Amino acid sequence: MSTATPALRLENIVKTFPGVRALDGVSFSVLPGEVHALMGENGAGKSTLMKVLGGIYQPDGGEIIVSEQKVVMRSPLEAKHKGIVFIHQELSLAKELSVAENIYLGELPHNRFGLVDWQHLFEKTDAILQRLKVGFDARTRVGDLSIANQQMVEIARALTHEAKAVIFDEPTASLTDAEKVVLFEVIEDLKSHGVGIIYISHRMEEIFKMTDRITVLRDGQYRGTLDTAQTTEEDITQLMIGRKLDLTRNAVDHEFGAAALEVENLSCGTLYTDISFSVREGEVVGFYGLVGAGRTEIAETLFGLRTPTAGKILLNGREVHIESPVDAIELGISLVPENRKEQGLVLGMNCRDNMTLPQVDALVSGPFVKDSAEIEIFGHYRDKLEIKTPSWKQLAGNLSGGNQQKIVIGKWLSMHPKVLIVDEPTRGIDVGSKSEIHKLIRDLASQGYAIIVISSEMPEILHVSDRIVAMYSGRIMRTFTAQEVTEDSLIQAISGLGESEKVA
Amino acid sequence: MTSETKTRLFKQGAIWGFIAFELIFFSVAGSYFSLSKGAFMDADNMLLLFKQSAPIGIIALGMTIVMINGNIDLSVGATYALSAIVLLDSMTWPIFAGLGDWVIPISWALALLTGAVLGAVNGLIVWKTGVDAFIVTLGSMLGYRGLVFMYNGEDPTSHLNWTLVDFAEAQFLGLHTATWFLLGVAVILWLLMNRTVHGRNAYAIGDNREAAVNAGIRVGPHMLLNFVLIGFLAALSAVVFYSESGSVNPNDGSLFELWAITAVVLGGTKLAGGSGSIISTLGGVIAIQLLRKGLGYIGAGTETVNLVIGLILVAVLFLDRQLNVKAKGELKV
Repeated sequence: MSTATPALRLENIVKTFPGVRALDGVSFSVLPGEVHALMGENGAGKSTLMKVLGGIYQPDGGEIIVSEQKVVMRSPLEAKHKGIVFIHQELSLAKELSVAENIYLGELPHNRFGLVDWQHLFEKTDAILQRLKVGFDARTRVGDLSIANQQMVEIARALTHEAKAVIFDEPTASLTDAEKVVLFEVIEDLKSHGVGIIYISHRMEEIFKMTDRITVLRDGQYRGTLDTAQTTEEDITQLMIGRKLDLTRNAVDHEFGAAALEVENLSCGTLYTDISFSVREGEVVGFYGLVGAGRTEIAETLFGLRTPTAGKILLNGREVHIESPVDAIELGISLVPENRKEQGLVLGMNCRDNMTLPQVDALVSGPFVKDSAEIEIFGHYRDKLEIKTPSWKQLAGNLSGGNQQKIVIGKWLSMHPKVLIVDEPTRGIDVGSKSEIHKLIRDLASQGYAIIVISSEMPEILHVSDRIVAMYSGRIMRTFTAQEVTEDSLIQAISGLGESEKVA
Repeated sequence: MTSETKTRLFKQGAIWGFIAFELIFFSVAGSYFSLSKGAFMDADNMLLLFKQSAPIGIIALGMTIVMINGNIDLSVGATYALSAIVLLDSMTWPIFAGLGDWVIPISWALALLTGAVLGAVNGLIVWKTGVDAFIVTLGSMLGYRGLVFMYNGEDPTSHLNWTLVDFAEAQFLGLHTATWFLLGVAVILWLLMNRTVHGRNAYAIGDNREAAVNAGIRVGPHMLLNFVLIGFLAALSAVVFYSESGSVNPNDGSLFELWAITAVVLGGTKLAGGSGSIISTLGGVIAIQLLRKGLGYIGAGTETVNLVIGLILVAVLFLDRQLNVKAKGELKV
C-alpha cells in the first residue's frame, strides 16, 4: 500500500482572491486506503482548498492529479465524475425528495422517452444503502431522516461513482456519540475498498483515532505532513500556530473598572448551558471554541435576538431583560455580528447611512433627516477608525472587508455603548487590516469599553484578550487570564479533552 | 469602480432614454402611418397623456415604496374600486343631504379613509403573521373585490356632482387636476423616501432585513406605514378619477396592480427590495402611457399594446440582469 500510486495528489495549488493569497503553493498526496487529516486554524486555507478540489473554485496555479492523471474540474459534478467526492459540513440535500432521488440527483436513470426509470433507481440505491448498513430505504423522504442519516445519504452519493477520494469536512460536528461510531465504521469500510480519504476536523481525539497521516496548513501554505502514530498534540499545535507569535500580548496595560456586564447561570435550550462570566470596564474577554460551541448564540442572547431559558443578565449590577435588539441598544449593548455582509451592513446603502442607521431617528430637524449631523458623525469615525473610502457616498458593498468592518464598529461606537460584542472581528479580512482591527479593540478597551471578542483564531484571541473563556459544546470549560494561558491548554479545553479526562 | 458608477448612471437614465426613443420613433413612424393629421408630440396630446397616466401613476408611486421595503401589494385595484364606491355613494347618503357641495370634502375624506384602512389591514396581517406580502395581498385582492360586489351586485354605482366634475376637468398652468395630484404625490413621496427616517429605514429593511433588525430598527411599523400609504394612494387615485367620471363598475381597477408593478419594474425598482426610485417610476408610468398612445397613433390595435409592453418588460429585465452580472462578476446560473 505504501508504494501504491496516490489516489489524489496536489501540486503547488495557488488560489488568490482580491487582496488575499488564500492558497500559496499547497502540495500533498493521499494514498488509496489512507485516512489523511487536513488541519489548520480557521482561515488557514482548508475550505478554499476543498472548494478547489470539489470543482467550486478554479485554482490560479498548480495541478490536481487523480490516479496519475491530471484533471481539471469546472463543476462539482465534474469533480464527482473524476472520482473526488465532497461530504459537506452543511448538508446539501433536497429535503422533499426521496433518498434515491437525492443520491442520483442530476443523473437519474431514464428510459428513451426521458421518463425516470424508478425501479432501476430504487434497486441501485438500495444496493448502496445495504453496503452502508443503514436503517432506511431508497424511498424514504430525506426530510424525515436524522442529521446523521442525512449524512449517510451524502456518503451514499459518494459511492455511486468509483470514488477515488472522499473528503469529509467536520463530519462529526452535529453527530451524537452513537452516530459517530456508525460513521467511523463507514469510513473504515471505504478505506478497505482502497478509497483515499481526506478528513478535516479540529477534534484531536478523532484525528488520533481515525487518521493515518496529518497535513497541516497555515496562512494558505503547506506546513508539513506528520505520521499520526508518531505524533503528539504538541507537534500538531506547533505546526498549526507556527512560530511564537510576536503579537502575543500577555501584559495588562491598564486598570479595569467595575463589572459592566455579569452573566449568571445563563442557559438557552440545547444551545448552551449554565454560562457564567463577567466583563469589567476596560476589559476584553475573549470567547474561544470550535464552530458550534455556542459562543455566537450567547452573543445573540445578550443582544436580544434569542431568549434565554434560564439565568440572569446584569448590567452595571442591575438585572436587565433584553427582549429585542431595540432593548439591547437602549441599554448600551452593541453587537458587531459574525457575518458582516449578511447581518451587519446594508450593502446597497452608502457608508454614511450605514453608520448612522441605529440613530438616524435622533438626527432630524422637523420631518427631515439632518444631512450635516450625519456627515459630521461619519467624518468623526472615519478619522478615528481610519476608514479608507473616497467619500461617504461610496456604497458599503464596494469597500474592502477591513473598511466594512470599521463601518460596523463605527456604527456602534457612535451610539456610545457600555458593552461592545465583536463576533469574529477579522473574518475574511486581510492580514494588514487584521492588526489594525486588533489595535482598535485594544484602544477601545483602554478607553473603558467593556468588550467581548468571539473568535475562532487562536492568535487573535491570545492577542486581544485580557481573559479567555474556553467553550466546548455549549459549556464553559475553563476561564484563563492572559498571564496563565498557554496554547496547549487552550486547545485542550476547546477540544473537550478536559471533559473526557474527567469522565475517565 | 468607475464602470460600476457608469452602470448605475446608465440604469437611472435608461428609462428616460427609452421615453426619448419612444417619442422619436412614434413621431417618425407616425409621419408614415398615422391616420390623424396632428403631430404626435403635440402639446395638448402630451398634457392629456399626463392626465391619463395619473390613476395608475399614483398607485405605481405607492407601489414603489412598498416594493423598496421588500413587499408587494396586489390588492390596490380592489381598494381603488371600493374607495370609488364609497366616494360616489356617500354623496347620496341622506345624513349629508343638507350640506350641498360641502359633502365633497366629506366624501373625499371617507374614500381616502377607506383606502387607508384597507391598506392598514394588509399591513397588520403582514406584520403580525409574518406571512409573505404576496400571499396576504393576493387574499385581500379577492376579499376586497368581494366587498365591491357585495355592495351593489353587478350594477354600477353612479353619482355625478358637477362642481366636482368642474374641479376635475380644470387646468392650472396648463396641467390638469389629475396631473397636479400625480406630481404632488411624486414630490411628497420623493421627500419621504429620500429625506426622512422612514424612507431611510424602508430602504434598509428592503435591502437587508437582518442588518436592519440588528441596527435596532422596528421593521413592522415601517411596513405597516407603507401599506397604509399605498392604500391611501389607491383611494386618492380613485378620488381623482371618479370625481370626473361619476360612475364605477364593480370590475373597475382590475389588473391595476399589474400595470402599477410593470411601471415600477420598468423604472428599475428591484422586486427583491432595497433599491428603487420614485422619479424612475414616474418615468415608467409615462413610458407605458406613451406606448399605448403611440401604438394607437400609428394605427396599431389596442390588442397589440399588451403584447408589446409584455415583450419590452421581459427585454428590460433581461438587460438589467446582464448589467448586474457584469457589474458584480456574479456566477452564471
